[in-house]
Amino acid sequence: MARKIRVLIAKPGLDGHDRGAKVVANALRDAGMEVIYTGLHQTPEMIAESAIQEDVDVVGMSILSGAHMTMFPRVMELLKQKGAACIKIVGGGIVPEEDVGKLEALGVAKVFGPGTDTRSIVEFIEKSCAHTA
Amino acid sequence: MKKKKAPGLEETRARWERAFTGEPVQEIDFTTVSAEPVKPLYAEEDVAGLDYLEDLGFPGEYPFTRGVYPTMYRGRFWTMRQFSGFGTPRDTNRRYHYLLEHGQTGLSVAFDMPTIMGYDSDHPRAEGEVGRCGVAIDSLRDIEILFDGIDPSKITTSMTINAPASILLAFYLCAGEKKGARFDEMGGTIQNDILKEYIAQKSWIFSPEPSMRLITDILAFCADHVPKWNTISISGYHIREAGSTAVQELAFTLADGFAYVEAGIAAGLDVDVFAPRLSFFFNAHLDFFEEIAKYRAARRIWAKRMRGKYGAKDPRSWLCRFHTQTAGCTLTAQQPENNIVRTAFQALSAVLGGTQSLHTNSMDETLALPSEKAVRIALRTQQLIAHETGVINTIDPLAGSYFIEAKTREMEDLAEEYFRKVDELGGVVKAIEAGFFQREIGRSAYEYQKAVEREKKIVVGVNRFQVEGEKIEIPILRIDPEVEIEQRNAVRKVRADRDNDKVARELARLEKAARGVDNLMPVIIDCARCYATEGEIIAALKEVFGEYQEPPVF
Repeated sequence: MARKIRVLIAKPGLDGHDRGAKVVANALRDAGMEVIYTGLHQTPEMIAESAIQEDVDVVGMSILSGAHMTMFPRVMELLKQKGAACIKIVGGGIVPEEDVGKLEALGVAKVFGPGTDTRSIVEFIEKSCAHTA
Repeated sequence: MKKKKAPGLEETRARWERAFTGEPVQEIDFTTVSAEPVKPLYAEEDVAGLDYLEDLGFPGEYPFTRGVYPTMYRGRFWTMRQFSGFGTPRDTNRRYHYLLEHGQTGLSVAFDMPTIMGYDSDHPRAEGEVGRCGVAIDSLRDIEILFDGIDPSKITTSMTINAPASILLAFYLCAGEKKGARFDEMGGTIQNDILKEYIAQKSWIFSPEPSMRLITDILAFCADHVPKWNTISISGYHIREAGSTAVQELAFTLADGFAYVEAGIAAGLDVDVFAPRLSFFFNAHLDFFEEIAKYRAARRIWAKRMRGKYGAKDPRSWLCRFHTQTAGCTLTAQQPENNIVRTAFQALSAVLGGTQSLHTNSMDETLALPSEKAVRIALRTQQLIAHETGVINTIDPLAGSYFIEAKTREMEDLAEEYFRKVDELGGVVKAIEAGFFQREIGRSAYEYQKAVEREKKIVVGVNRFQVEGEKIEIPILRIDPEVEIEQRNAVRKVRADRDNDKVARELARLEKAARGVDNLMPVIIDCARCYATEGEIIAALKEVFGEYQEPPVF
């Protein structure tokens, strides 16, 4: 049997808006993925550590405080340092379009904005993990 | 000749029912946004047993279903209070002057995440977050700048601050005092509603027990010294934003309110000493009539319980006075201009529901903090309702509507069921620890998302009426990364310029007081006065109270 796709849903930074993170976590689980949720108020170090410990394929980060340009690149940098650059990063939250472009240029696989259908997130993750499954 | 009898009620109804069921109806989900069923028609039998005096009363009279004041908007409009804050205190001060110049009548401070979580701007955990989703405040110095040129004895200020509410209140009072205002002439609100933080908003610092002590200390201190201050704004807003239904918002908010009343009584306070300063904060969501019924039910439930169960004798203790904010979670990033219209409908429901103050969201808030233009349109929306629509001419204009009265009663009954469940779990704090509210809200949020994805619920511009390849054409407010550097330098300068021996002594006094039982407000004010920073005061309290962690569940 193929290994299930493992996803870490993480809430970096100080904001407590976890509705989106939890809805996405539920949707990915219902789509048959293994989902680990970090809980709130995580530092980039905590997220990178969990991602490696849990041996995930994807890290999904949700942030609504405006700190995305600090948090996302930091997590990616830490994963790279720990030899885990193969873990895909996706994100969501209140991220202006201009920053979406910058984050994707930095290597974030995809930023899902407000109003995203969870089925398109499932599809994206399944497609981008096709070779690992 | 025999006179033909006019058809009676039953006969007429049966005729309508035949006509209705004989016609095709649209394949639409006829439920509220909270998935509550709605009948095609409401009539007399739906309000059977409704007693005008007992269930509705007159405005300003028990049980206040029709409004908390006798004159309502004929006396004065609701306060137009836009929640606002970003960047440095100087940036936000400029925005406040802009809003006041455009006719806003009260201020409402949005703080950045480090301030909300009790970190100074130069703390490592503040990195990347300073001034981003609100204004950065570190000490009394920042509050002095924030309210520069604004008279605290004339303008009331609401501060959305919870875990560190005592500290921000202390900063505000000290800043006002330096301008010559007395504590007892300053009016405003601190949100100070920690229970909903554990339930929905998730910005906590300490665990429930010490948090409740800080709250009862504030209740007691303000009753004696700051009598015009609204000490807790018991908030359903965040519960709804986290995905609850309307009934859950109503029930969980009022349950929190009762928990504060019980905590105050348990701390030895007379209910009529603190209850008149409790106020509420509700969401104005999409379902127009459901929202209006929610506000009316809230007033009736609060009045009944405060008088009946808690024995409050002062009629002011029975009043559910509330602020309303339109629902941020209903705004769409797609075709953001449509948000102006959504917000207008929501604001209208709040006004028809008898709100005391109102914030209207700006169209661009799913993208960033609002631009000046967007926030002006949002404020204008309220001014249009007040000055152009005529809805303010008569009080509670929807009273007596079969639907509204039936819905108001239904929401009251459903809320009572939740109160019973919370009691069975051992009260609000126990229910929080058991994850009850969190699970209920999480489930509602996921159900709604699935309903949208199945197109059972339509979101214009998102799952219907989309524009392919849409380009967003509205200006976006950018927060300059320099803000963080500027604010870090500012707090370091404050620490360099003050009497550090005095600060150390006051912080040590605070830590000692926290280990005892005395009211902490006077010593927090002493710390504020000598420019101890928020982070330092919180750190002293953490030494005694520790920190709270939530088990991560979804």
